[in-house]
Amino acid sequence: MTMTQEEKEKDVSRNACKLCTPFGACLAFKGVTGSMTLLHGSQGCATYIRRYMISHFREPIDIASSNFTEDTAIFGGQKNFGTAVENVIRQYSPALIGIATTCLSETIGDDIKMLVHMFKKDTEVENLPEIVHVSTPSYNGTHSDGYYSTIRAISDTLVEKTGFCTDNVNVFPGMVSPADLRYLREIISSFNDNYVFFPDYADTLDGPSWDEYRPIPEGGEKIENIRSAGDSAGTIELFSCLDDKNSAGKLLEDKFGVANYRIGMPIGIRKTDAFIDALERITGSHAPAWLSAERGRLVDSYIDAHKYIFGKKAVVFGDEDMVVGITSLLSEIGITTVAAVSGGKSGKLESEIKRNNDASCDKAMIMDNSDFEDMAEAIEKLKPDLLIGNSKGYMLARKLKIPLVRTGFPVHDRFGGARIQHVGYRGTQQLFDRIVNAIIEKRQKDGDWGYTYM
Amino acid sequence: MDGILEKRKKQIHRTDEAKFDMECGKASLAGSVSQRACVFCGSRVVLYPITDALHLIHGPIGCASYTWDIRGATSSGRQLHRMSFCTDLTEKEVIYGGEKKLYKSLCTLIDKYKPAAAFVYATCIVGIIGDDMEAVCRKVEKEKGIRVLPVMSEGFKGTKKDGYKAACDAISELVGTGDTSGISKHSINILGDFNIAGETDIIRSYYERMGVEVVATITGDGRIDDICKAHGATLNVVQCSGSMTHLAKEMQAKYGIPYVRVSYVGIEDTSAALYDVAEKLGSEEIMEKTRELVAAEVAKIYPELLEIKKDLEGKRAAVYTGGAFKAFSLVRSLRTIGMIAAVVGSQTGNKEDYEQLRELCDPGTILVDDTNPVELSKFMQEQNIDIFIGGVKERPLAFKLGAGFCDHNHERKIPLGGFEGMVAFAKEVHASVMSPVWQFARKNKG
Repeated sequence: MTMTQEEKEKDVSRNACKLCTPFGACLAFKGVTGSMTLLHGSQGCATYIRRYMISHFREPIDIASSNFTEDTAIFGGQKNFGTAVENVIRQYSPALIGIATTCLSETIGDDIKMLVHMFKKDTEVENLPEIVHVSTPSYNGTHSDGYYSTIRAISDTLVEKTGFCTDNVNVFPGMVSPADLRYLREIISSFNDNYVFFPDYADTLDGPSWDEYRPIPEGGEKIENIRSAGDSAGTIELFSCLDDKNSAGKLLEDKFGVANYRIGMPIGIRKTDAFIDALERITGSHAPAWLSAERGRLVDSYIDAHKYIFGKKAVVFGDEDMVVGITSLLSEIGITTVAAVSGGKSGKLESEIKRNNDASCDKAMIMDNSDFEDMAEAIEKLKPDLLIGNSKGYMLARKLKIPLVRTGFPVHDRFGGARIQHVGYRGTQQLFDRIVNAIIEKRQKDGDWGYTYM
Repeated sequence: MDGILEKRKKQIHRTDEAKFDMECGKASLAGSVSQRACVFCGSRVVLYPITDALHLIHGPIGCASYTWDIRGATSSGRQLHRMSFCTDLTEKEVIYGGEKKLYKSLCTLIDKYKPAAAFVYATCIVGIIGDDMEAVCRKVEKEKGIRVLPVMSEGFKGTKKDGYKAACDAISELVGTGDTSGISKHSINILGDFNIAGETDIIRSYYERMGVEVVATITGDGRIDDICKAHGATLNVVQCSGSMTHLAKEMQAKYGIPYVRVSYVGIEDTSAALYDVAEKLGSEEIMEKTRELVAAEVAKIYPELLEIKKDLEGKRAAVYTGGAFKAFSLVRSLRTIGMIAAVVGSQTGNKEDYEQLRELCDPGTILVDDTNPVELSKFMQEQNIDIFIGGVKERPLAFKLGAGFCDHNHERKIPLGGFEGMVAFAKEVHASVMSPVWQFARKNKG
């Protein structure tokens, strides 16, 4: 059942390897302190996105909706919009309301800028929260694009330049786990006490048990901090599969002259080195000893494990930026990427993979704008040893009887999705150990002797 | 801040209030974080378990991604329903129309997967760009020789209930088109059980032991051929009345098939369901077998339930369901194991449902229609809840506030219907309420 690329482009998606644009907005808004998201559209969008996130993060996730009805769709969303914003303020007292559109409100042509303006003019609510609007029609792009556009929209709305130049750094992380974000903050703060780091949903999406109810969980980057990003000495974007028009780093560069370093997701030694280099360059500080020690231990473990994994064949799939990061890791540990697959369609997947890697990726099938059935059909003859990607690859792994190393988002069939680590030396170490052990475990299980030393 | 919006106050009552007039069945308030979904969701969940059909979602990708393999509805045959197909509309189609893409998608998929029929779901955007989905379906139906049914489920055109109705409309297009020869007069259709974790299989086996022929299961473990001949059955047995009563009524009007409303949740309601069916079919032999079955099944599970009850006596639960009918059963099931339902609500209950709940529940119970997280957390703390029984969206809220949780919605992997389901339910509740982990949480708990 092989479907040609042309057929697929034109016809149909079968088990998509992507989510819709508003999803990315909802995730990004979780990374700002006191922020609450309002989706302007039908009720189902908010409910579905909540459910999808909850099954991964296992945290309360409140996303409000302007709850379109048939009348709203015909006469426009203005009335619902005002009521919705007021009700969100009443129930949540947010510091920031993030408003993301949906395919419905975009198609009927609601002008959110105007609606926000009218609302501010007409409302009797005092001390209004910040209102950030991002356009996320789901027929345009994927959740990754929604995520990047939201970082850009937040920056565009909030960031100012006071004229006061600092050696601060702005870091925009990609869609990684709360545990990754916590670790990234630890790294950045070891270079400079002052920095801007968002979206940081480390605590809002992986928080402690509560003594009392809180409408908005604690955590996220502070709005005041975000405002100061225009004074920083440089921005680091930890993703690279995006268009400049979606890039907050580019925006800050153009608007305020803050140099932008687009590093990509720092998975593996080389890409983490690049991240650390950029931090050193921007802040003028040197990496702390503990970070170098982590790097040293990672190199040591690469050597210890190299023979177990050399020449193994992996299929990597998921969000484009994570796929790029993981293929880079694989190429430095001797695992061959035979296919790299994503539902993303930034147009950058192939060039980014090639830019990061040596010849070991030359033969890889690189498939963007693809779904799980395209992937299943394409890898039939490749006989991979393992799959590396989100939990939606499980059915395929089960069919092929090979291990699936769960990474990224979503992980709906295992516990601790929020605590999986991928980035930096420490995150790479975790990921590396899991990959090596998946291979060892398979060998142990399939062997007829049952070796107890492997 | 007491957390309850002024306009929501008429949707919240207590069983001991003198004046009780629940406002319900209305659209959710803009800006509230309703636990409800949309029209599309209603249609999608109802039709989802039809295992040999192609389910194609016409719209941008989100609606398909979020509903891929969403229900734990198992199949004894094909598993085509587990695939997520979507026309994945892009800006180009939004501007120029998506009919061409829909046509090609349908043809490609039907050729490739040879489904017994196809359902095409309309999403929000289809209603706006004005695609004539019905015409495309008719055309493909003619060309491919299988039924291709449009499901008019644009998300904004009402509530989840309207989605149920759109699903029923699509199903009733199929009913009446199959050959009914050879069907016994002691026969039924099972409506409104969705085979979550194999529950339809359990229920079907009860009826078979009673000597009753099951013609079609709609939609749990559903087959297109069976649905086509569903009009050959003598009786429709309707669970989840919110979703399936519409179809039952239509079949009554069209084919003269009477229906009974039942529930398979809990010992009382499961027994009542089986006795009801036996009585309606009017066979003493079936009634005799039903008595035997109920006696045997209850005897099998009762000792274990009593054992569990010892630990759970007096514990307090919050119940939040989609339809209200399941809430009745859950209140009774909780009583069976000694527990009190202190908060009870539903997404789509009607006035009569809430009146009935008022009579059923203990004094002081909070009843609520179409609630939201802010309210739920308030009720849970006020009523000192030990466990929340609801869907995945409520789970993290319960856990954060130090209460247990039992998933009684469509994602669960444990059958909670029928007699064995009652034991599974009791065990689930017991496991969550009695866990030692709570000693580290809920500092404010009394």
